[in-house]
Formats: sequence, C-alpha cells, structure tokens
Amino acid sequence: MLEIRHLSKTFFKGTPNENPALQDIDLTLQKGDFVTVIGSNGAGKSTLFNAIAGSFLCESGTILLDGEDITYQKEHKRARNISRIFQNPMVGTAPDLTIEENLALSFNGANKHAFARAVTKKDIAYFRSLLSTLDMGLEDRLKTKIGLLSGGQRQAVSLLMCTMTVPKLLLLDEHTAALDPVTAEKVLSLTSQIVKEKQITTMMITHNIQSALALGNRTIMLEHGKIVLDLKEEQRRNLDVAGLLKLYRELCGKELDNDRMLLTNE
Amino acid sequence: MNIPFFIDSAMLGLQYAMLALGVFITFRILNIPDLTVEGSFTFGIAVSGILTANGHPFLGLLLAVLAGAAAGIVTGFLQTTCGIHPILAGILTMSGLYTVNITVLGGPNVNLLDCDKFFTFAVNLFPYAYRTVVKGVLILLICALAVFLLSLFFKTAFGLSIRATGNNEDMVRASSINTTKTKITAIAIANGLVALSGGIVSQYQGFSDINSGSGMIVIGLASVIIGEVIFGRRSVTIGIISAVVGSVVYYLIIALALSANIFSSNALKLLSAVIVGITLAFPTFKTKIAEYQMRRHALKTRSR
Repeated sequence: MLEIRHLSKTFFKGTPNENPALQDIDLTLQKGDFVTVIGSNGAGKSTLFNAIAGSFLCESGTILLDGEDITYQKEHKRARNISRIFQNPMVGTAPDLTIEENLALSFNGANKHAFARAVTKKDIAYFRSLLSTLDMGLEDRLKTKIGLLSGGQRQAVSLLMCTMTVPKLLLLDEHTAALDPVTAEKVLSLTSQIVKEKQITTMMITHNIQSALALGNRTIMLEHGKIVLDLKEEQRRNLDVAGLLKLYRELCGKELDNDRMLLTNE
Repeated sequence: MNIPFFIDSAMLGLQYAMLALGVFITFRILNIPDLTVEGSFTFGIAVSGILTANGHPFLGLLLAVLAGAAAGIVTGFLQTTCGIHPILAGILTMSGLYTVNITVLGGPNVNLLDCDKFFTFAVNLFPYAYRTVVKGVLILLICALAVFLLSLFFKTAFGLSIRATGNNEDMVRASSINTTKTKITAIAIANGLVALSGGIVSQYQGFSDINSGSGMIVIGLASVIIGEVIFGRRSVTIGIISAVVGSVVYYLIIALALSANIFSSNALKLLSAVIVGITLAFPTFKTKIAEYQMRRHALKTRSR
C-alpha cells in the first residue's frame, strides 16, 4: 500500500543548524496495516508524516502510495488519498462553520459537483446517523458552530471527517495527546473501531507506549531520523513496556528521552 | 427635514452596496483586508464611463465587472502563487491600476451627462413616473439580485470551501481543496462587485473621475461594520444582507450629519475613518475595561 524508499530530508542544509530529520528511511506497509510510531523528542516522527502528506518535498527517495508515485505530488492532491489528524483539535475543523458544514466540506470533494448545494437534506440524514455512532449527542446539534464544542468532541468529528470517504492512508499525529484521559480513551477506542471496520491502512504517532503496543499490528521506533526498531507479530506480542525500554537502551545506548512518554509508563 | 435629500442618500447607499458586498467577501468571509478595492472601484468607473460615453452603458457595466475581477485575480495571484503579504499585494495592484485607469479613461475625468445610461431604458419605459423612483426601484432590484445570487453561491459546495478557506486554511487544504483557487476566485468576485458599484455610481452621477476610488475601502468597511451592529454576526446570508443595509444606513448617517450642519462634506473621510477605527477597536477596549473593573474591585475588597 505505502512504500517509502531511501527517503531523506535535511532541514537548514549547509548552515550550522543543519538537522538531518529523516535519513534513508525504508518502510513498506501492507493494505490494512495499523502501525504505531514511537520515538524520543525530535526523532522525526512528525517529519515523516509531513513528508508523506506533502507538507514539504524531500531531497531524495521516493514515496509510492498504492503503486502511484506521489513523491512530488502537491499537498492538496495527496489529501485525496491521505487523511490526517493532528494533536491540536483546532487544526482539523473550521470553528465558525457548523458541524454539518464541516462534515459537508470533507464529504463533498469526492461526491459533488462544485455548484451543487453544499448541504442537502439527504446529507443531513447521513451526517446524523454518522454522528450518532460517536454517542456524544452531536447528532442533534448539526447547526452548532464547531468552535463551541470541546476538544474531544472536535477531535471525534475530525475523525469522522477523515474517514468518511475511506482514505488509502490515515495519519494520526498524537491525536489524543491534548485531551483529558477519559476523552482520550474514548477517541482512541473510536479510532480503532473505525479503522478496523473500514480496514484503513493507518499510521499513528503516540507517546503512550502501552497503547503503542496494544493497538494495531506493528510498531516502529524512530531515532535521529532512522527507523531503529520494527516490531511485528510474535516479537511484538511478547513485548511489554519494560521490555521495549530495555530494547531501546541496548540499541541506542541511552535512556528513552521523551518528556511526556515517561509520565505514561505505568 | 429635507426628504428628497434623504431619499437620494439612501439611493447612494444602494449604489455603494455592491462595494460593501465586495468588502464583506474579502474582509469577513476570506478574512483578508483587501486594498485592491481602491483601484478596482475606479477601474469600474473608468471602463463603464468610457463605454457609456461611446453609447454602450450595459456593455460598460458588464466589462466593469470583468475588469474588477481581473484586478482581483492579479491580487490573488500575488498573494497565493507569489506569496506576497495580502495587504501589500492589494496595495501593489491598487497602485498599478492608477496608470491603467487613467489610460482607459483617456484623461482625469469624462462627462456622461448627455449620454444614455443603463437606466435610461427604464426611465423611457415609464415616462409618467418620477425619474428618481424608477432609478431607485432599478438599483433596488440590482441589489436584491446580487444578494440572492451571492447567498445562493455561498451555499454551494464551492462557496462552502471559500468560506472554510477564510476560517481554517490548513484544514481546507487537508480536505484536498486547492486554496489558491478558492482565494483567487473569492477576491475576483469581490472586486468584480466593487467595480460594478463604481460603474453604477459613475452612470448615476453622470461623470467618471479618476480620483473617485480613494477612501473606498473605509466606506466599505464602515458599511459592513454598521450592518453587523444592526444584525449581529450570524449566518453568511444575513451577513450579505447586512452589508447592503449597512451601506444604506451609512449614507443616511452621513446625510443626517450633513443636513444638521455638524460637518462640512470635506470632513466625510475623517468621520468615516474615525467610525471604523472606533468600531474595530471596540472588542479590545471592552475586555480592557472589564479587566480594569475586575482589578479595581479586587483591590477594594482586599483593602477592607
């Protein structure tokens, strides 16, 4: 599904601040894979997502999505096949538009002519049934401006928007990190439910090692822009948090350094 | 009280309503203050003026819209593809347009008093009605049509993506919508309306002048803001209607000030600037006053 070959990106090249953010990354995802991504601060997790989504171009390497070379494709073109949710709940929705208008925005692209009515009665019925699956009472608040919702509610709506038209790849960039623990848990279980149901190929950055190992079928760890660990199947199943930290210490010769990660090691 | 004077002022407000609509689209929907308005208003005046002088008043209005839209496309191109700061992009187009306008007009002004205007046919159609009434009904119809079409447009899928672009551009791009396209289209529509306003104004007043555009952005902003004071900031359709009403009310306020001899007509620009300045600063001062009162209250209770 997703094939990344020899991908490299260096920021501030040729200056004293030169930062090799991605170094010769090779990664192949099968259709339906759910990969969790972990790593210390500045390891290149978000940079990898930015590279895949097309926020910038990389100096070398290729990215193939479903056999199509998207290495130099524009960001908004890639967005047709790649959906993304960010840590900040404010990023994924337009605050002054209503819930139904926000949903329509991601629904219309693939389904409607540019001058067709943006929100029809049929759409509203569909949005209502969709929102009721969230179990947050949002199905009765379609005309509410989305800026009035809580962070968790906004993130849940973002999740619906990103998966409404099934993307080839879903990128989740610590999308529960800014939520309180209970809401985070809820959004996370919603995520895995939707991903499983629609069999979406997914990559999820998380600082919670526990859920990194519990969710999905594969875990990769980044360090200094390289993939240092790629855990699958049996090896992954037999690993717990302590085991993973030990593995990291052996590989990198130091303790895992992620300020938020340490707080969530139970 | 001088009733005809106020009716004339209300009509003037309707002629400038298209300007207010244009400013509403860029300033409120797209969230970009667009200074192209100053140039595109005169561009409309120039194009419509020169064609009216040569006997084509309708073609004049049509081409005025297209000319304004073209100016908008230039500003949009500078903002998006060239990455120039939106305000600077507007200033560049506006400044460059001066040369274009004076070339089109062929001089600093053109007299249209003896030419056929776009409303002449309507006046001839109803020879027994008052000229002012016919002209007023016609401009009212034009405004109603503009409001109707615009509110319909902003309810379409493409219109929705324009509104979202002004609200959260990153999200729109992530929804696989080309924000360069939405921005340029919106700025083009806005400036097309502004130029239409210029064309209508020049035909109604019977002359085209190269300097008519200065201060238009402030008048547009004042209209939009007055409309919001009356209607509040609600849906986009109400916003569109409130811009038109705001324009009429603005000219009525000016008429009131003038007829009460409070100000000379030379003071209009300063007056408008002060009104807009105060209204835009209002939310900030409201919070500041609230904070000040909170602090004072806390200090008082503590000293007891």
